[in-house]
Amino acid sequence: MTNIKSLDDATALGFENKLKEQANQLKDLVDSGNVAGALAIISELNETRDKTLYQEVGRLTRTLHESIRNFHIDTANTANNEDASKIEDASDRLAYVVEMTNKAANKTLDLVEETMPYASGISTEAKQLKDDWSRLQRKEMKPEEFRALTSKMGTFLSKLCKDSDKVYGNLSAILLAQDFQDLTGQVINRVTTLVKDVEENLVKLVMMAGKVDQMTGNVQQETKQQETNMQGEGPQMNAEAREDVVSGQDDVDDLLSSLGF
Amino acid sequence: MNKDMKILVVDDFSTMRRIIKNLLRDLGFANTDEADDGNTALPMLQTGKYDFLVTDWNMPGMTGIDLLRHVRADESLKTLPVLMVTAEAKRDQIVAAAQAGVNGYVVKPFTAAVLKEKIDKIFERIDS
Repeated sequence: MTNIKSLDDATALGFENKLKEQANQLKDLVDSGNVAGALAIISELNETRDKTLYQEVGRLTRTLHESIRNFHIDTANTANNEDASKIEDASDRLAYVVEMTNKAANKTLDLVEETMPYASGISTEAKQLKDDWSRLQRKEMKPEEFRALTSKMGTFLSKLCKDSDKVYGNLSAILLAQDFQDLTGQVINRVTTLVKDVEENLVKLVMMAGKVDQMTGNVQQETKQQETNMQGEGPQMNAEAREDVVSGQDDVDDLLSSLGF
Repeated sequence: MNKDMKILVVDDFSTMRRIIKNLLRDLGFANTDEADDGNTALPMLQTGKYDFLVTDWNMPGMTGIDLLRHVRADESLKTLPVLMVTAEAKRDQIVAAAQAGVNGYVVKPFTAAVLKEKIDKIFERIDS
């Protein structure tokens, strides 16, 4: 990239220098009344500009082709291309991330939903037994009640053994369900690298196009896109850095209460 | 607050719907239905079966803010309490939701405690 940039600058600089030099000559010739000489300079100037322009356009086209090749975008046969383009591949990879995270979230939710009744069952029965136990300690229990308590305690303990194994097993499965992070992380890192590559190539192209614009005297109109403010943006990555975004629930509450909520 | 009230949970991500449903169940609200965007939710709401709407903002089809506007414009639904649970955090959006008549706004990621607090607050105000 640095190569191209310096080359580019050299061409542009050469053209600029030549322009300055010949402009002075032109002025002298016009002043001295040498019309033929002046016209020759003008056509020479034109030629230089055209040549530089062609060079720049050529370089722009080459870079564009290179970029396209780099991303394996086959314009000839995209339909039956076995090597999918990098962009297409990236979309597939991201779809895989969505699928993996979706699966992991559902698996975790399944296990949590399955485990919760065990926890609440244990808690309910333990509370009952605790009450009975307190009555026993206070010696308020009749012998037949005590016999019922012993058998209830026995059932509870064996159920507790079984249920806590189940809870432990489900917790381990929840643990394992987090393995998606490793896989999706790798995929996302690869896609991020690709996006950076794309950006780098785009910047290169924009710079080259800028040179061509300079030669032709084109002025690019800055078209600022007015984004509709109500469009969903999804989660904010760095809310702290943005003025127009709240940084959490407390901010939301403050804002709403300032509106009379 | 009536714990048997029927709640419609609208979010395009099924896992988020499940999480919200689970949290609501923990809070004692077991009577919940789901919809995946405004277009699915609106006809369900128009049956008049629902007492409370919990909706996301950013959804394909009809967004949550449009759903809210439709609800407020509908004679039979305009008093339905609506809680927005969303990742959208721009001040302008929150103001717009308030102007559209939202009853509460929770930003994701959120906790069970925040959800409870907002729901309590909404029904405190309605019941009083």
